[in-house]
Amino acid sequence: MSAIPASFFGWVAFLLQKYGSLFLRGAWITLLVAISGTICGFVIGLLVAVARSLTVPARAGFLPRAGIRALRGALAVYVEVFRGTPMIVQAMVIYYGAAQYLGLNMNELAAAVLIVSINTGAYMAEIVRGGVMSVDTGQSEAARSIGMSHWQTMASVVLPQAIRNILPSVGNEFVVNIKDSSVLNVIAVSELFFMSKSAAGTYLRYFEVFFITGIIYLILTFTVTRLLRLLERKMDGPKHFTVFGSQSDSRAEITYVKEER
Amino acid sequence: MPQSQDGIEGNNGAELDAVIEVVGLSKRFGGNEVLRDIRFTARRGEVVCVIGPSGSGKSTLLRCVNLLETPTGGRVMFHGRDIQGAGFPLREYHARVGMVFQQFNLFNNMTVMRNCVEGQRKVLRRNRDDSEKVAMKYLAMVGMDGYRDAKPAQISGGQKQRVAIARALAMDPEVLLFDEPTSALDPETVGEVLSVMRNLASMGLTMIVVTHEMGFARDVASRVVFMEGGLIVEEDAPEVIFTNPKNARTREFLARVL
Repeated sequence: MSAIPASFFGWVAFLLQKYGSLFLRGAWITLLVAISGTICGFVIGLLVAVARSLTVPARAGFLPRAGIRALRGALAVYVEVFRGTPMIVQAMVIYYGAAQYLGLNMNELAAAVLIVSINTGAYMAEIVRGGVMSVDTGQSEAARSIGMSHWQTMASVVLPQAIRNILPSVGNEFVVNIKDSSVLNVIAVSELFFMSKSAAGTYLRYFEVFFITGIIYLILTFTVTRLLRLLERKMDGPKHFTVFGSQSDSRAEITYVKEER
Repeated sequence: MPQSQDGIEGNNGAELDAVIEVVGLSKRFGGNEVLRDIRFTARRGEVVCVIGPSGSGKSTLLRCVNLLETPTGGRVMFHGRDIQGAGFPLREYHARVGMVFQQFNLFNNMTVMRNCVEGQRKVLRRNRDDSEKVAMKYLAMVGMDGYRDAKPAQISGGQKQRVAIARALAMDPEVLLFDEPTSALDPETVGEVLSVMRNLASMGLTMIVVTHEMGFARDVASRVVFMEGGLIVEEDAPEVIFTNPKNARTREFLARVL
């Protein structure tokens, strides 16, 4: 074992060497929880928002009407409860509640993904709802006017445009999840914060360890934001497109260049 | 034109050749009565032009015919069947009664080609090859076949409206409803859209056109309906409406716009 370091950088180097794999494993779990939680949350958000956008058809009978109302009510409660309580509390209630009353000893990682997903889903539902509202009503009227159903209209016309519009907010949620998954250390998920705590404990070097931890979080979030920016650009499509033939000359090839935004 | 599969065409003693019949239609938004006791018929092959000042209810009438608005009273009949009746095949009705909007409403997330293909595939269940063939036929007809891969944001208003017409035609509709199709266009591009519409009229397509283009109404309409304040004030052949209107309000309106 090497000698006890004397300087800040000495400690950083020492801790990195000693606990490097611990940090990496923690970062990996954090990323895993954030990615799967954000993706599942996004899917939940889409489903909730589309279900909430269902209108009660005037011709429908009593049962379908009551069904749609009940579904809407339940979804509203879900969104309010999970947006209105801290994730750290949700983690405690779900993890220990399942253990005490359902006799269910959840795997910590599975519990973490579940909690982040449900929590993110509630936010995403609102984000998607905003995205759907941001799409001009003329778009869905046009779809209805050629006979497309509500689901078809949503799936092929409204949601693709809504998703493009909300991508920055979805990216935000992802970044928030990378950071906020740290609260899951209360249910002993071996994510980055939890790993850092155990690394700091041995030599009681909290400052140096959490300095490293902070930098790792920053690298994760920075990389993710850049990647999302790339994705946004890709969804905007190519800057050029070519028209073959014009009204005056059938052999013409005209290349249009989209304006930079 | 497609054959009916599940008896969308009744014929309960309705007027012969009547495709769309509006019977005593009314519409109110809250306390505001926008349409009152509207009655008119569009027969096969007719071009009915609806004119009148803004706010007279013309667009609402068209939107009620297409059920984008739910009428508060009266009925709309398609081949003698109430389109709000129980068991009426609404989606088939929408496929057979196309609509062209003032703001074009092309699907912004799709290319010109996919705009014309999507409805055929999703609603008519045509395969990709057939849908693309049909789409190309109508895109060529409106002179937009060279733009198949362009996105709506990349073409002009007049071009968008021509694609919108091709999109509606690709569903092989029996009737096309036009809601002020040229009102959002630059003066230079109005002509290109109107000439496409003239072409459709000459092919015998049944059309109901809400418009401010008096020249078009005079030349192309089989009948002209003049609306004001939610009522049909006068309905007659274009020669009569434009040269010798019976109603004083029609005369006033035409004096202002002509």
